[in-house]
Amino acid sequence: MVRYLVPLVIFFVLAGFLYVGLDLKPREVPSPFINKPAPGFQLQQLHSMNELFSNKDMLGKVWLLNVWASWCVACRQEHPVLVDMARRGEVPLYGLNYKDTPNNAKRWLNEHGDPYTLSAVDYQGKVGIDFGVYGVPETFIIDKQGVIRHKVIGPVSYQELSACIMPIVNELNKREQIDPAALAVLTEVRKACT
Amino acid sequence: MYLMRRYIACLLLLGLMAGGAAVSAKEAAPLSADPEMEKMVNEIAAELRCLVCQNQTIADSHADLAVDLKNQVREMVRQGKTRDDVVDYMVQRYGDFVRYRPPVKPTTYLLWVGPFLLLAGGFTILTVNLRKRRQITTDAPLSEEEQQKLESILHSKNKTAGNKKGEDY
Repeated sequence: MVRYLVPLVIFFVLAGFLYVGLDLKPREVPSPFINKPAPGFQLQQLHSMNELFSNKDMLGKVWLLNVWASWCVACRQEHPVLVDMARRGEVPLYGLNYKDTPNNAKRWLNEHGDPYTLSAVDYQGKVGIDFGVYGVPETFIIDKQGVIRHKVIGPVSYQELSACIMPIVNELNKREQIDPAALAVLTEVRKACT
Repeated sequence: MYLMRRYIACLLLLGLMAGGAAVSAKEAAPLSADPEMEKMVNEIAAELRCLVCQNQTIADSHADLAVDLKNQVREMVRQGKTRDDVVDYMVQRYGDFVRYRPPVKPTTYLLWVGPFLLLAGGFTILTVNLRKRRQITTDAPLSEEEQQKLESILHSKNKTAGNKKGEDY
């Protein structure tokens, strides 16, 4: 009897592993930047090249940094979501125009709408490397102290926006400092949404 | 119609060849002048995973990001950074996943020890089975009475079946 059960058990164990595998996302590499200060940068602004934008300018605000490019196909998918979000004005959205030419970038924004307060130009992709960007689009949530609290890899969906990004932003907006208790709450929120 | 098809096939082939030429033309990577240094750059690059194509090192990959990262490695080597410096730089940005040789730490213990555990498990099953088999084969020898019975049976069979069958054994 036992002899016949062994293959059955092996089958179910294997099926179990494969079933769990269906939900894994091997493309999404966990970012080492979560709960670490965002790397500092100072870049030209896409729409006024004489002015610089630094992430130090954003201290004291909760904001989103969205890495995008006109050559990026998946960016077209998330763009309407970003435009809608910007229209509601609940959280400031800044762009990091990654390895793009300013002309293409501006034309793209004219065509699809510009949800960004401003876009910083990362022509060589150096800031991208500093942020550990490996697949555009990526979106970082940065808190009032300039610490990265969450990263969305790939296009942002409406579902992700309402279930993940906005709850985290709201938690961050409630607090001036992120103490261990707040960190625990944040971790819970992040767990629920990924 | 046939000629037309051949014509189209020729065009397609030409297109493929032109495409191939374009790709190989793009591959001339900027080498640094010092071959010793380039060797080190390649060695480091061979230890770093390309995050876009995941199962290639950045030395093998031609993805944009891999080329950028390799340039970054080259720049850092030129500045006199050691291999550990470069790997640390990448791990800081992309996490342990960027390393082809994962570090030994609590989350990776299973990864490192797992194969040995499986091996040990295999050996246990093997020895248990061998021992069982030995128990079967080293059964008690036949008693005198049984031996006689066996011989008589064999004897009688040989007689009835003739020699031919006996030779077969």
